[in-house]
Amino acid sequence: MTKCNRLIDAGRRQFLRGGMMATAGAAVTTLAGTQEAKAQAALARVDYPASRLGNIGELTENEPLDVSYPDDDSPGVLLKLGHAVEGGAGPDGDIVGFSVLCPHKGWYLGYNADDRTFNCPGHYSRFDAEAGGQQVWGHATSNLPQFNLRVDDDGEIYAEGVDELIFGRLSNTL
Amino acid sequence: MAYKRHIDRLPIIPADAKVQNAVCHYCIVGCGYKAYTWPINRQGGTDPSQNVFGVDLSEQQPQDTEAWYAPSMYNIVKQDGRDVQLVIKPDVNCVVNSGLGSVRGARMAENHPSTVTGTQGHRLTDPLTWRYGSYQQTSWEDAFDLVARVTARVVMDGSEDDLIVSMFDHGGSGGGYENTWGTGKLYFESMKVKNVRIHNRPAYNSEVHATRDMGVGELNNAYEDAELTDTLVAWGCNPLECQTNYFLNHWVPNLQGMTSDKKAELLPDEPQEPAKIIFIDPRRNVSVNAAEQAAGPDNVLHLPINSGTDLALANAIFTHIVEQGWHDQDFIDAHTLREAAEHPAEFPAKGASDAYPGLLTSFEDAVEANRMSLEEAAEICGVPADDIRKAAEWMAEPKEGGARRRMMIGYEKGIIWGNDNYRTNGAIVNISLATRNIGQLGGGCVRMGGHQEGYFRPSEGHVGRPAAYVDQLIIDGKGGVHHIWACNHYRTTLNATEFKRIYNHRTNMVKEAMDSVAGQGRDALVDAIVGAIAEGGLFAVNVDIIQNEMGSQAHVVLPAAQQGEMNLTSMNGERRMRLAEKYMDPPGHAMPDCLIAAGIARHMERVLSETGNSDYAANFQGYDWKNEEDAFRDGYQSAHPDVTYERLRAMGTNGFQEPPQGLDGETIIGTDRLYKDGKFSTDDGLARFMAGPWRGLVTPGKQEESESYTFLINNGRSNLNWQNWFLDQENEFVTDRWPYPFIEMNPEDMAENSIEPGDLVEIFNGNGATQAIAYPTETATRGETFMLFGSPRGTQGNIVSKGVNELVIPVYKQTWADIRKIADVPEAARHISFKSKEFRF
Repeated sequence: MTKCNRLIDAGRRQFLRGGMMATAGAAVTTLAGTQEAKAQAALARVDYPASRLGNIGELTENEPLDVSYPDDDSPGVLLKLGHAVEGGAGPDGDIVGFSVLCPHKGWYLGYNADDRTFNCPGHYSRFDAEAGGQQVWGHATSNLPQFNLRVDDDGEIYAEGVDELIFGRLSNTL
Repeated sequence: MAYKRHIDRLPIIPADAKVQNAVCHYCIVGCGYKAYTWPINRQGGTDPSQNVFGVDLSEQQPQDTEAWYAPSMYNIVKQDGRDVQLVIKPDVNCVVNSGLGSVRGARMAENHPSTVTGTQGHRLTDPLTWRYGSYQQTSWEDAFDLVARVTARVVMDGSEDDLIVSMFDHGGSGGGYENTWGTGKLYFESMKVKNVRIHNRPAYNSEVHATRDMGVGELNNAYEDAELTDTLVAWGCNPLECQTNYFLNHWVPNLQGMTSDKKAELLPDEPQEPAKIIFIDPRRNVSVNAAEQAAGPDNVLHLPINSGTDLALANAIFTHIVEQGWHDQDFIDAHTLREAAEHPAEFPAKGASDAYPGLLTSFEDAVEANRMSLEEAAEICGVPADDIRKAAEWMAEPKEGGARRRMMIGYEKGIIWGNDNYRTNGAIVNISLATRNIGQLGGGCVRMGGHQEGYFRPSEGHVGRPAAYVDQLIIDGKGGVHHIWACNHYRTTLNATEFKRIYNHRTNMVKEAMDSVAGQGRDALVDAIVGAIAEGGLFAVNVDIIQNEMGSQAHVVLPAAQQGEMNLTSMNGERRMRLAEKYMDPPGHAMPDCLIAAGIARHMERVLSETGNSDYAANFQGYDWKNEEDAFRDGYQSAHPDVTYERLRAMGTNGFQEPPQGLDGETIIGTDRLYKDGKFSTDDGLARFMAGPWRGLVTPGKQEESESYTFLINNGRSNLNWQNWFLDQENEFVTDRWPYPFIEMNPEDMAENSIEPGDLVEIFNGNGATQAIAYPTETATRGETFMLFGSPRGTQGNIVSKGVNELVIPVYKQTWADIRKIADVPEAARHISFKSKEFRF
């Protein structure tokens, strides 16, 4: 899938949800309720680097591998879950990657391997590694930013995007 | 897959953005926020000179930074008719929350209506009236005219008792001093409406009559007391979810020992340790787990008592404390009633009347009447006697060297919506009074609260006590006109199955009558409506910000503004009053409630004058308000002249703590704690104790219900969504997590009933039925469940019986029902997590 297609796909999802899409000073409009639709502006997402984060061979099931993406100041992890999940990458569809800064106040999340959740020591929020980073319980107003991963034939794992705003930056790429 | 916004960049707040005071309009804590607005065609930059934070935003910002906001804190809204960009983010300088945002308040921006981003598109923009068999937009004048003509006719043909009113009494959104005054002036001054109820209960009454009767106002301490106390007691409350940043910013630091410096400074003459904490709740809620993380399990005591047995527990603790001599006799002698009250004929089974189900009396009389051994209480409450003893020790045993132990009790809906409200409330206050923990640093016996407060109305004395059971009046066919202000009984009342059935029928009668005279003019319309009312119909006027289920049965719907779309004053749980400023326009033609009330009053005056009732018409004068500040001046400010919008605006998100004590320059001097001087809110200034022994489950029908059904259906709020979801039902982040209400069940109970995680189950009893998705919860006691209330997709109130206590306070918490699976996991819930809500590191 090309980057362009992904953007269209993201836009379509956004449209169907009737949610909000904020971009750099421009606004994208959706149909919602009884309100009139406005002209739809072009989607303007940041350009993400395609960064190699590791190789499948480095991953052990249910053991997070520290990585950073889109740059060194944005810590994250790769996880091999051992079973396919929606959004999972790799031949088994079981590799996921997440930012580990809590989207509430930016505390480092800890991984609990017993129930495969990310947990915030600051204010007790927790996110489900097996459900797209959904906040199981907590104070963040977004689910955990997940990396868009691609795995090539050699098992090299690349990140090529992020699906939510990472804590501590008003643009995912600085 | 979890909902993601796919927003990877936000506009930067420019250095010259307009900054205004905002307060979270959801829960009682009232966290301070700042609202930043700037023109649509501009944005700040990453250079420190180009953004409001003055920092380099091309770098990653650190943990807890002020210089970041989530996509939920951004929107594009109308301000003075123009699109502007809006960020609402927590205020680091507010002493309430110190920059913490809750999962509710941090979505305020996203939960405002926007014609650009499409958020909250369900907000009402115009008055609606039932016309041509459906709802049609109309003008304010047309809507007011119909409301006034029908209301005036029904009241003049009958009496003001034929007008039933449901209205908010609180602060924050859907309330506040301006709006409680506007509505209060209309119904309690211009009229004397007595068939009136509040948003969450079927009568116009206090939730805590007992503490008030004892002379102890229910919001008597400061949030700082939670930082100073030796022992925190959470009684029938769940502060991490329901008063989030009060707990995180004031309780947790004490549990962690982080407030030792403040304790040493303010309380230097006594030994200090990190606080211990006691939870009294049938359910192990997430607050218990968080406290264990913060304080260590040895410093947390959870008493998972049988539902409704709080009174037995409180009386046993009180008894033990007194037997040990841990009470403060000097304080009792000086500041409480010393003569025992005469015992009513039917005491202890009853009080003097239904208005006073317990006895206000002396300390000694209360001790004698309430005597309960630890062993007796253990048997009733279902917890070990040693744990009750330990609770008493943690509450009152003197500290090393003999210093008095400081103890703070916070209580809320587990008590308020529980068994024997009056006596239980009193029994809890007994403990704090006897140990001199009112009006003291580190003390307090307080409601934790729901909404903020913001009550300023003419006397409601004509309503009576006990007040009328309004829902039952409606069910019994009484009343002809129903005015509703920011209430949705379809989701938040008891006996809701029956209420909705009758309400639909009675309001549909009026709709059909209106349909029958289409096109025949106003007089014919009013005649048809009045004719239908005579046959048992009900004409409903619904004032709200959205078209909810009540509105869908109404005949006129009036669009209100909410906080941020008007200037609004309220006070939080430590009586901290702030002005939440208007930073955007209300949608369309929506108006503040106070101005809607004024509009109804003006049209009542006109219609009554036109129909020859000039004397009565004169009652409806005095509403010449151009804006909400006029209503504030006419109401609150008339009693507190120093409290002006200008001064409040300057005092920002910290405001002052009510009541005001005067001025220091332009600064309003507040009151950090009530009763510091030992003078209580009684005629003689002496507090009363409550004699009210345990008398079982007193609500009619509850004991039988508990014996007839398998599961306790405990219920309440969750962290994520606010109240009846009026805005959250259109917030995708919320509905993605809770597409249906959850019901927490023990996994073994689920297995026995062949219920898998996420299965849709029906919860049913003789009162009705509702639905929820099953959420496996290992910590749930067998046979006890917890259901999320107020959901649009499953109303817990459907299965709550009509039984109320003597003071017409509902007992939502005590509901028993059976549960059966009705469907596999619905598609909308297939992706959601069913893992434990408890933090585990």
